[in-house]
Amino acid sequence: MDVGVDVSAAPSPAPRFVVRTTTRLSSLGTMAAAGLVAALVVLPAFADRRLVQDLFFVLTMLVLAQSWNLLAGYAGLLSVGQQAFVGLGGYALFGLTTMAGVDPALAVVLSGLIAGVVAVPTAFIVFRLQGAYFAIGTWVVAETMRLVLAQVKQLGGGTGTSLPPAVTSAMVGLDGVRRLFDVRGSAARDVLAYWMALTLAVLTMGAIYTLLRSRRGLALAAIRDSELAAESCGVNAFRTKFFVYVMTAILTGSAGALIYLQKARISPDAAFSLLDWTADVIVIVVIGGIGTLEGPILGVLMFYALQTYFAATGTWYLMLLGGLAIAMMLFAPRGLWGLWSERFDVEVFALRRTLLTSAAPDQDPGARTDEKP
Amino acid sequence: MPLLETHDLTAFYGDFQALYGISLTLQAGETVAIIGANGAGKTTFLKTVAGLIKAQPSAVRFAGNDVGSRPAAEIVRRGIALVPEGRRLFPSLSVEENLLVGGYSSRYSGYWGLKSVYQLFPALAERRDAPATALSGGQQQMVAIGRGLMSNPKLLLCDEISLGLAPIVIRDIYAVLPDVKAQGTSLLIVEQDIMRALSVADRVYCFQEGRVTLSGRPQDLTKDAIHAAYFGL
Amino acid sequence: MLGWIDTIVQGVLLGGLYALYATGLSVIFGIMRLVNLAHGDLIVLGAFLILVLSTNGINIVLAAAIVAPIMFALGYALQSLVLNRTLGRDVLPPLLITFGLSIILQNALLELFSADSRRLHVGALDAASLALGGGIAIGIMPLLCFLTAIAVIVALNLLFFHTALGRAFRATSDDAETAQLMGIDNRAIYAIAMGIAFFVCALAGVFLGARANFDPSIGPARLIYAFEAVIIGGLGSLWGTLAGGIVVGLAQTIGAQINPEWQILAGHVAFLGVLVVRPRGLFPRAAD
Repeated sequence: MDVGVDVSAAPSPAPRFVVRTTTRLSSLGTMAAAGLVAALVVLPAFADRRLVQDLFFVLTMLVLAQSWNLLAGYAGLLSVGQQAFVGLGGYALFGLTTMAGVDPALAVVLSGLIAGVVAVPTAFIVFRLQGAYFAIGTWVVAETMRLVLAQVKQLGGGTGTSLPPAVTSAMVGLDGVRRLFDVRGSAARDVLAYWMALTLAVLTMGAIYTLLRSRRGLALAAIRDSELAAESCGVNAFRTKFFVYVMTAILTGSAGALIYLQKARISPDAAFSLLDWTADVIVIVVIGGIGTLEGPILGVLMFYALQTYFAATGTWYLMLLGGLAIAMMLFAPRGLWGLWSERFDVEVFALRRTLLTSAAPDQDPGARTDEKP
Repeated sequence: MPLLETHDLTAFYGDFQALYGISLTLQAGETVAIIGANGAGKTTFLKTVAGLIKAQPSAVRFAGNDVGSRPAAEIVRRGIALVPEGRRLFPSLSVEENLLVGGYSSRYSGYWGLKSVYQLFPALAERRDAPATALSGGQQQMVAIGRGLMSNPKLLLCDEISLGLAPIVIRDIYAVLPDVKAQGTSLLIVEQDIMRALSVADRVYCFQEGRVTLSGRPQDLTKDAIHAAYFGL
Repeated sequence: MLGWIDTIVQGVLLGGLYALYATGLSVIFGIMRLVNLAHGDLIVLGAFLILVLSTNGINIVLAAAIVAPIMFALGYALQSLVLNRTLGRDVLPPLLITFGLSIILQNALLELFSADSRRLHVGALDAASLALGGGIAIGIMPLLCFLTAIAVIVALNLLFFHTALGRAFRATSDDAETAQLMGIDNRAIYAIAMGIAFFVCALAGVFLGARANFDPSIGPARLIYAFEAVIIGGLGSLWGTLAGGIVVGLAQTIGAQINPEWQILAGHVAFLGVLVVRPRGLFPRAAD
């Protein structure tokens, strides 16, 4: 995709400038991604239930990871309180479906939006803190939400509640899936949840990618490098960061709603668990590569592999994760993707803006061989 | 043997090269001045000598030892003190505490201590308990110089001590330098004011875009030569 | 009425405990702008180390006197060998490393000691109390805890404001680069500061363990209370941290008086309230 800026008037020999972000690898990458998504859509026809459930986990964790990565890696907002929105999304879903009779699929969307709405006043509070203190501040907010929701008896109070069959068996499209794949109700629900997760994951990647390629994305990069310098160029740092915070809250809340729809059981301690929704997510992003779009994808796959093989060991598995986080920070702070992309200078998701120039006004800048990145 | 000598000193800020091979000598007891436009590399040079920027070990020799790669805290203990550009006083500390911190590394108890610094700068004695940054610009510069002296250095590096000060204050500050020299301290001064540099130094170097473009004794240098060296014409 | 006075007294004393939790955090942040996410777990670690010694017949006070210097050494080592490598503009590495450390600590303690609740027993002092008249009584241990918090703050202020090392700390906190020009080795300063924080955590561990049951998982909650105390009090002042701790303690006890389920929540609400109304805290340092 080219953004042409013609600096010259017709006859004068001033150079033409063009900003290009697409590379050959990224074009290939886009086609491959499209193919992959198509394959994933039809997967339930061939895969067993276990795989569908595992992929559901991978896709929802990917949404959480990309969101956290956008927040911390691109906007510099290190939050250890995203579990607030996971829990909020989950409880909003339970509230909407059990108390307002909303269809679960629609409720997922609404829950995400509710999380976004709550993020607004939250941002005003936590943005008063910087750096590491911002991180703990977000954690306190999450804890507060947990404690408040534990007081709501209609949603199970401190021990939590389950989704009644009336809700789980009344999802739109459930009968269609049951007949299409010839499966029982609970398996059909898994397939539906899986498709919703796939949709959410694709939407998340698309939204984040679009954001980063837009002017706001450029502003984010500038803020990350030097907030003061960016502001002196006219970037409103507060508004940009605020936008990202609310956007990630919506994505995280939607994921949370989906996760708890699939689990069909919620409790405050689980929904607001630091370990499950923040610690794991941070490890994923850090292993994969923070501040890149490819990193979280790699991280989720690695994490899935780790969990499959080691989770049974309980405390030792957690100690392994902790040690891994420490090792990554000391020896490979850019993550696995960072190691690889530094060596080979590649980018699958084209984000780097390349400035092409041509001396002659009628020469196409894209045809030049020397580029200034 | 010179007290300080640099051999082909280079320095980088990331990918940006600030110094392109500076060779400079300073004999014990001498006052050497470095002049040059903004961005010429003068402050970078002083920071490298002081150990804030790393260099090759043999690129900087002090009192016969290779110190180019030694950290700043060690360089102070070896006898080089830097009065940094912009003074850089500690805002949480009082005037007296700033001076005392200057003497933190004092391996050499020497002539300079609180009493002698207050004798050099009587105005400071009256305001010893005030927060250092509450003082006027000129007084802050006095604190900065006094702080540098407290470690009893053999070589005092002064980075633009006249910056932002009124001429009469600058005159008062430069008036104490002979007393400093009298105690045996050598001086390496970076100075924007060419006339003042020429009047106080035994030898002068001119930097331009990271290179030495002129050096010599003030009386041997013509105005045109300095002009050309300063601007790189 | 009596109930409310008692509540306030208990709240103030609880504040002393929280101030003890918070002091180390405050020192570290003041000097190196670093937050140790494992801070709460270190307090628990201190409690467990003292437990091990005391179950082997060593008197609690002596146990604390042995454990505290050991913790100092551990903190010094952590900073020197690991955290000093990550100092710089980026906040993420030290945060993540201490996060990882927190997870490792909790699970290591779980492996070594299981999830069972433990308690430090101080013999007769366990339940001893001092009658203040008018029907109010205060526990001796909470009182000792409060006094220890004050003693620690006095000692640290003496260190920071009346010694050469203290000047070095404050100079490094102001301007680490220029501090080097004074011959101050930043890395050593940071290591000592971390050691001090660990040392105070050991002391806090005594009172954590003596006051109520503890197990490997309660660290993170202590970190949050400590953090709230620091923010409410305002950065840069240890007495401010004590005040912050008292505010949190009072909020919690008053909240609990209204409804026992609201205790922790009340503390969070007080914290968020102060953050909204007075983001720099109640007693911030002037220069910042």
